[in-house]
Amino acid sequence: MLIRKPADLHYSDVTPREVYLNRRRFIGAGAATLGALALPSSALATAKINGLVQTGPYHNLGNEKPSPKATVTSYNNYYEFGTGKEDPSQNAPKWKVPAEWPIRIEGEVMQPKTLSLDQVMKLAPAEERIYRLRCVERWSVVVPWIGFSLSTLLKQVQPTGKAKYVAFETYFDPKAMLSPREAGIPFPYVEGLRLDEAMHPLTLLSFGMYGETLPNQDGAPVRIVVPWKYGYKSIKSITRIRFVEKQPPTDWGIYSDREYGFYSNVNPEVDHPRWSQKEEQRLGSGFLGQGTRMATVKFNGYGAQVASLYSGMDLAKFH
Amino acid sequence: MNRFLSSPWTKVAVFLLSLVPLGVLLWLGYQASASDDPTQYVTANPVEYITHYTGDWTIRFICFTLCITPLRMLLNRPQITRFRRMLGLFAFFYGCLHFTVWVVLDPRQNTISAIWEDIVKRRYITVGMLALLAMLPLAITSTAGWVRRLGFKRWKQLHRLIYLTAIAAVIHYWWLVKSDIRLPLMYAAIVTVLLGYRLIVWMRERRRKTAVRTSQPTVSAN
Repeated sequence: MLIRKPADLHYSDVTPREVYLNRRRFIGAGAATLGALALPSSALATAKINGLVQTGPYHNLGNEKPSPKATVTSYNNYYEFGTGKEDPSQNAPKWKVPAEWPIRIEGEVMQPKTLSLDQVMKLAPAEERIYRLRCVERWSVVVPWIGFSLSTLLKQVQPTGKAKYVAFETYFDPKAMLSPREAGIPFPYVEGLRLDEAMHPLTLLSFGMYGETLPNQDGAPVRIVVPWKYGYKSIKSITRIRFVEKQPPTDWGIYSDREYGFYSNVNPEVDHPRWSQKEEQRLGSGFLGQGTRMATVKFNGYGAQVASLYSGMDLAKFH
Repeated sequence: MNRFLSSPWTKVAVFLLSLVPLGVLLWLGYQASASDDPTQYVTANPVEYITHYTGDWTIRFICFTLCITPLRMLLNRPQITRFRRMLGLFAFFYGCLHFTVWVVLDPRQNTISAIWEDIVKRRYITVGMLALLAMLPLAITSTAGWVRRLGFKRWKQLHRLIYLTAIAAVIHYWWLVKSDIRLPLMYAAIVTVLLGYRLIVWMRERRRKTAVRTSQPTVSAN
């Protein structure tokens, strides 16, 4: 296995996408103007990530081909930036990610810690992980995330014996985002995992995709990705991580626990109350070049890695 | 104004306008199939997009149809009624498209039993089916021949089923959204106003009738 030393990479000094795009921008002045207009504004906010590790045990477990980038960056559930699928790609790029992005790690730990995003990104080499993402709404994509196992970050603190769960919280800026009343769900967005789920090597702390930093609509600057659970468990733009004793509330669970349970493992055997979960629409291929219907696989196909976490559990009850 | 409303060309224009949403959808589909980046035409999830698109136009045409009677009364232009059948039939047409897209393209096994299971098990689909099915007898009996066969009074009673369709369509929309109920709420408000108007007219009419009836003995006593 290839072991590299952490990439000497700062979130603040990655090449701005605008700069490196300029190197290969169109020759004609007219074409350049047109090109700049045609570029989605979101593209300007992302930056290339250098020194990416594209090997490693979790690089591409399913041997999947990533979905087109346009699919993953134009179709998002990020209710803070609008409840329509296209809203976040329209609204989120206008939001400026604060230059300072402290991540607080607290709760049932010996010594709470606050790390800057730069510090976090230096903890381990940036790995590319090609994961399937299955939304509870029956669509799925394949995303080449960039990051490293969340456990790397969590190991920076020492949990007390009481810590059984990990709770996460999304950044909330009422001036730039929808109000909870408009969105219909509470903000700041909260999510949670059982400690062993959070420590599982597949659970990813991600700060990039498609070789670049995250576009705002995909959860910039840093988020969690839990590939065997429905998409809403993969919380975006996190600012706070708390070790807790009791099962923490989750945003969609507060809205409707019956529809969006705490575990929310991808499972074709357990229906959502309003639709069957047996099939999904894989976006980015097939119909109109945009989608293929396929059978949904238990744990989103990561059963070999994670099924043991739930041995003996009734997954219909703990859905 | 009256000449405009009674002109056969106006009817043709309304017909063509009602086809515009379909035309736009076909154009979007064509552009998407020819483009490197179809997401800008039909989003990254075309199945969902087409389903929502046809559903949106169904509920809009239901509302357009329900607008006819209040408009006729408020503007005092009986000619407006000429467009009601056509708008109603377009509501049914877009509803059928919506249903067909759902049957064929929704991510679900394409077996009768899977479709049936969805209809009976998912309440938002059950109520959506109700909305569509209630329009079926209305579409069938929309011809002048059927008005004659049923008699105008009975025909009119039957066609009040559109109220059921409108209410069921709003509930269908309300139940299917995840948490942001602003759009279903808007349609609920529109339908409430359109049906509320009829209710007020009906109540006034009834009061007027009872007033006439109670005043009659005094008249005869004179």
